[in-house]
Amino acid sequence: MNAPPKASQTAFRHRNLLGIADLSADDISLILDLSDAYAQTNRERRKKSDLLDGRTVINLFFENSTRTRTSFELAARRLSADVINMTVETSSIKKGETLLDTAITLNAMHPDVLVVRHPESGAVKLLSEKVNCAVINGGDGAHEHPTQALLDAVTIRRRKGRLQGLTVAICGDIQHSRVARSNIYLLQTMGARVRVVAPPTLMPPQVERLGVEAFWDMEKGLADCDIVMMLRLQTERMQGSYVPSIREYFRFFGLDYHKLSVAKPDALIMHPGPMNRGVEIDSEVADDFGRSAIQEQVEMGVAVRMACLDLLTRNLAEADAA
Amino acid sequence: MGKVTSNRSGPVAYINARLLDPATGLDTKGALVTEGGLIADFGPRLFADTPPASVDVVDCEGLCLMPGLVDMRVQLREPGEEHKETIETASAAASAGGVTAMACLPNTDPVLDDVAGIEFIARRAREVKATKVFCYAAATRRLGGTELTEMGLLAETGAVAFTDGLRGIADARVMQRALSYAKTFDLLLVQHPEEPSLAADGAMNAGEMSMRLGLRGIPAVAEVIMIERDLRLVEATGGRYHAAHVSTGAAVDAMRRAKARGLPVTCDTAPPYFTLNETAIGDYRTFAKISPPLRTEEDRVAVLEGLADGTIDAIASDHSPHDQDSKRVPFAQAENGIVGLETLLPLSLALYHNGHVPLLDVLRKLSATPADILRLPLGRLTKGAAADLVLLDLDRPGRIDVDAFRSKSKNSPFENMPVQGQVRRTIVEGRTLFEAD
Repeated sequence: MNAPPKASQTAFRHRNLLGIADLSADDISLILDLSDAYAQTNRERRKKSDLLDGRTVINLFFENSTRTRTSFELAARRLSADVINMTVETSSIKKGETLLDTAITLNAMHPDVLVVRHPESGAVKLLSEKVNCAVINGGDGAHEHPTQALLDAVTIRRRKGRLQGLTVAICGDIQHSRVARSNIYLLQTMGARVRVVAPPTLMPPQVERLGVEAFWDMEKGLADCDIVMMLRLQTERMQGSYVPSIREYFRFFGLDYHKLSVAKPDALIMHPGPMNRGVEIDSEVADDFGRSAIQEQVEMGVAVRMACLDLLTRNLAEADAA
Repeated sequence: MGKVTSNRSGPVAYINARLLDPATGLDTKGALVTEGGLIADFGPRLFADTPPASVDVVDCEGLCLMPGLVDMRVQLREPGEEHKETIETASAAASAGGVTAMACLPNTDPVLDDVAGIEFIARRAREVKATKVFCYAAATRRLGGTELTEMGLLAETGAVAFTDGLRGIADARVMQRALSYAKTFDLLLVQHPEEPSLAADGAMNAGEMSMRLGLRGIPAVAEVIMIERDLRLVEATGGRYHAAHVSTGAAVDAMRRAKARGLPVTCDTAPPYFTLNETAIGDYRTFAKISPPLRTEEDRVAVLEGLADGTIDAIASDHSPHDQDSKRVPFAQAENGIVGLETLLPLSLALYHNGHVPLLDVLRKLSATPADILRLPLGRLTKGAAADLVLLDLDRPGRIDVDAFRSKSKNSPFENMPVQGQVRRTIVEGRTLFEAD
């Protein structure tokens, strides 16, 4: 087995990872550095360490997500943790009761880390108050998705060598996107300039208060940017409720080579997946290996989640010792 | 302080009091005597010497003796949700809060939209025999927003006004007909002013906070749009109209302009709207989730100004008891509401202590004015009227202690908040229902 990569000596003083808004630039750098190291070992023949041997990680998903769940599961297994996946179907009315009941039940099984995804903003924090283990937010409503922002940041840093000073355009359904919020917090904390591009119906009120520049015109928003980050548009929002049609959305807000031509020539294209080809992104652009970092994002996802599990369980080890 | 030990139906003299009657502007040292549940007499020279030996004496030690509060908006949860509150527990809470009369919303289960429902509340209130309980009836059947209730019959049975409770009457034609029909009997319509298509699925005020928390917002315009529409309908029909719990600066402005035009309209607000702003939600605190939602600091200040200049006529508790299960859920799923009966007076007195509104104006918004809006002969010191009184230690400092609430529910964001002013004794029809330790 490989020895786990060493992190810098700075301590990560958080019991849980609930959101990027709670993290300092040092916290973020620490996670990114460690993720880089895990990314290296993940490319080697022997990927496994025994760091989390004897630890139990529960993936508790109140919302379907094959990708994120698989990524967390693989991360935990590479660190030799015992992993249990729970997908809780959420009926419309009884969701809340199920949440705290589930939290109390799972807590009694003494897990070390709970990875939680929930369709309601704030639900993961609520749950974290009822359990004794470390909690990682795997995405809560339209609030935060911290590991996504961290894996995006690792990807950018590996391609561009830095985050500081870059101009990043986040495009699409900003209003309903936890990915957008976490990325805005992270990129700004690390010194990047963030633009958001969306029609007003998908733009949150007072978004400028986050310190971003808002654009309704995609070509203005993409002008001279280093990174183009596309967001997924949910099917139910495409047909008349927020935008009139897929056709119209793609025409004005879908990423194609024409719109991309105003960005920097080496601008990087990103997407958290799963993509709606022909809705928010043209297939040709998505599959352009030279410019699209979409597959690397998936790869970094495992590394970032290993880093997060590593850091949070170090604190558990201290707690065990005390 | 002297205790009433005997002869409860006999005369009781409250001496050494600071008599306050916000309806007349009376503010004087003096005494008051009750007999047979009524105010027999009061004034600065009453018992100037010593009261006769046949009278029980309560020495008020200089504290304020004033009319009991008339709370024009409470939810009693009975019938249907007795695990959250009952008429008995709400009455205990009311007495502890200095409230001697309260008007309950019809959003119970079953809905108070027929004569039997109104009679049920009246009978239960008689059985509990504590706080005076008045009742709104639904304006539309089952609060469905389409068919009018039997307003005439319901009013005969005792309904004081008509409202769909927590739901705005959204359909303009229904509202127009309700206002018109209510004129037949000179009845009042009370609106929850919120355009439901704009508020749909919203969990808090729309703005920076809702964006950061990733919660669906209710835009401030949802309130003023409904109020401005209603004001047009009032102008067209001549109906009597009251806007409940006004929360935005735009709505206060709209009411101010309507009053300047001479429209017969009134409005109230509740302490959360002049005490807190949306930041009280912090990290998803569901106890700060109410309807309409807490707004911005600019809105809070506009509500204060509306109270100070008289645009906002009354202050109601908006008492909305909820059990833990209704609040310990993800924010968007949590019920709206704050228990308010026991914090109504101390939070309102902050208006006086902070220099925003003169004392008698604050007290009038809590007593005589809501009574007038509901056309109840309450909320004032009148010889021969029911002796519904509060003895108040105006300056006594303390903290809000949620665990000490008499209400069955404890959903309050005001836990531990420093306040000034404490109810020492609450009297309904001459009977002491509450006495502070």
